[in-house]
Amino acid sequence: MSVTGAPPAPPAGDGAPGPAPRTPSVRRRLVPYWLLLPGILWLLVFFALPMVYQASTSVQTGSLEEGFEVTWHFGTYLDALAGYHPQFVRSLLYAGTATLLCLLLGYPLAYLIAFKAGRWRSLLLVLVIAPFFTSFLIRTLAWKTILADGGTAVGLLDSLHVLDVTAWLGWTEGDRVLATPMAVVCGLTYNFLPFMILPLYTSLDRIDHRLHEAAGDLYATPATTFRKVTFPLSMPGVVSGTLLTFIPASGDYVNAELLGSTDTKMVGSVIQSQFLRVLDYPTAAALSFILMAVVLLVVTLYIRRSGTEDLV
Amino acid sequence: MRLLRSLRRHLVVIAGLLTLAYMILPNLVVMVFSFNDPKGRFNYAWQTFSLDAWKDPCGVPGLCASLSVSLWTAGLATVGATVLGTMIAFALVRYRFRARGAVNSLVFLPMAMPEVVMAASLLTLFLNMGAELGFRTVLIAHIMFCIGFVVTAVKARVMSMDPRLEEAARDLYAGPVQTFLRVTLPIAAPGIAAGALLAFALSFDDFIITNFNAGSTVTFPMFVWGSAQRGTPVQINVIGTAMFVLAVAVVVLGRTVSGRRKARAEK
Repeated sequence: MSVTGAPPAPPAGDGAPGPAPRTPSVRRRLVPYWLLLPGILWLLVFFALPMVYQASTSVQTGSLEEGFEVTWHFGTYLDALAGYHPQFVRSLLYAGTATLLCLLLGYPLAYLIAFKAGRWRSLLLVLVIAPFFTSFLIRTLAWKTILADGGTAVGLLDSLHVLDVTAWLGWTEGDRVLATPMAVVCGLTYNFLPFMILPLYTSLDRIDHRLHEAAGDLYATPATTFRKVTFPLSMPGVVSGTLLTFIPASGDYVNAELLGSTDTKMVGSVIQSQFLRVLDYPTAAALSFILMAVVLLVVTLYIRRSGTEDLV
Repeated sequence: MRLLRSLRRHLVVIAGLLTLAYMILPNLVVMVFSFNDPKGRFNYAWQTFSLDAWKDPCGVPGLCASLSVSLWTAGLATVGATVLGTMIAFALVRYRFRARGAVNSLVFLPMAMPEVVMAASLLTLFLNMGAELGFRTVLIAHIMFCIGFVVTAVKARVMSMDPRLEEAARDLYAGPVQTFLRVTLPIAAPGIAAGALLAFALSFDDFIITNFNAGSTVTFPMFVWGSAQRGTPVQINVIGTAMFVLAVAVVVLGRTVSGRRKARAEK
């Protein structure tokens, strides 16, 4: 709705009860800027400006004792990549796998809530959001109990010979799940599932049910209906769910630290320890910029491919 | 054969419910282990039933202090982010102006950035400015990353609002302030409330950005993180369970109240 072009005030004293007098148009035109000013200023100072500072930090050299100085030393980027590319690859791999698992696990639940839940719908939605209410760190720690060595879950996976397969793939070690890549991916999947389910649900909920009936009338099997009608129409949800899962998962280090081992460290852990423990700010800043660039690149390519550029 | 066929027909329901079980399982574990009496420092293996932790939730040094820090941070961050975010949302929906695209991306970007990147960049800013890390820097950070979510929630609501209602109010000689307070705000309220709730939840639960910018201030998530290294007291599970039960109760209560109101309105 455009409100900028306010109609001129009616000539005074024409007797008729015309519309209430409006504020002068110059003042009206400034209204949006006054509304934006505080919030945008906040974001500029505490989001955009920090990025600039980080960029400058990443090309500095020096040490904490002697102080840092901008020397345009781009070698930090190369050193960071050379030193930590395993963590980068791992982060993208784990985040990608977790995103895929979230999609596979989340789609049926979103579908169930959107089309089959009936009067249970609002209860199921509450149950999807409910886990949020317990601090995510506490819930992640609970996975330590669930995946404990010799516990029920591990025993079940073992007797189903799942562990044989995952061990062969290198996702688990022997009869352990904790402190292996599988535990980290399991935690990531768990943590970001709601971010996949909610957008999926929203876009499935928008689908006109008569389209399904029409597909059925045209002799489409349920599988064909899903492939040709439901899934394509849910693409906006798939895309935004994937992004909402992949982006935070790629920078996460909580799961890797709590459920993994030193062999499962992700790039977030490296950035964290470089910044807070090693105090090598240039390397940390460079790493964090590379992560940002890689994520932006992956996301742009993904959005290009899935063809919903108007989404973001 | 019959079993197999009905299994296939209900495949979506079964898969969906299994996912739900996967999502709820840790909450149940947290709940059950709040009644545990662990041997040693860590509460990961079941020993014996005990109510001790429930009787004395603040019995661990630092836990309840961290909880109050988190509640204060989340409360203030919610107020700040809701006010700033609502204003931006109104400007974006109601007005056409230059730099609209730029504003849109500035609001969207913080939500599309890995948290650790934002956390690290904020830290470089604070270090460069020589700011003292603590409650204030945490609050600044939390307001920053909550604004986008408030904007999204409020925008969705205001966009679906009929502008003719406000025109009608003006036609009935309501001043701009009156129109805003009596018409616009009540209609936008559910969106603002949703944004505020989201901001509170995000701020209360945030760990990564807080960990970078808190200095020696300890929020509840940071306390939990530290306890994962030093020893996890059962009280953590008590707080987690209490939060869960309280929040679910509020949601259920809210739904029944709004349901009743709707029923009354339809009468």
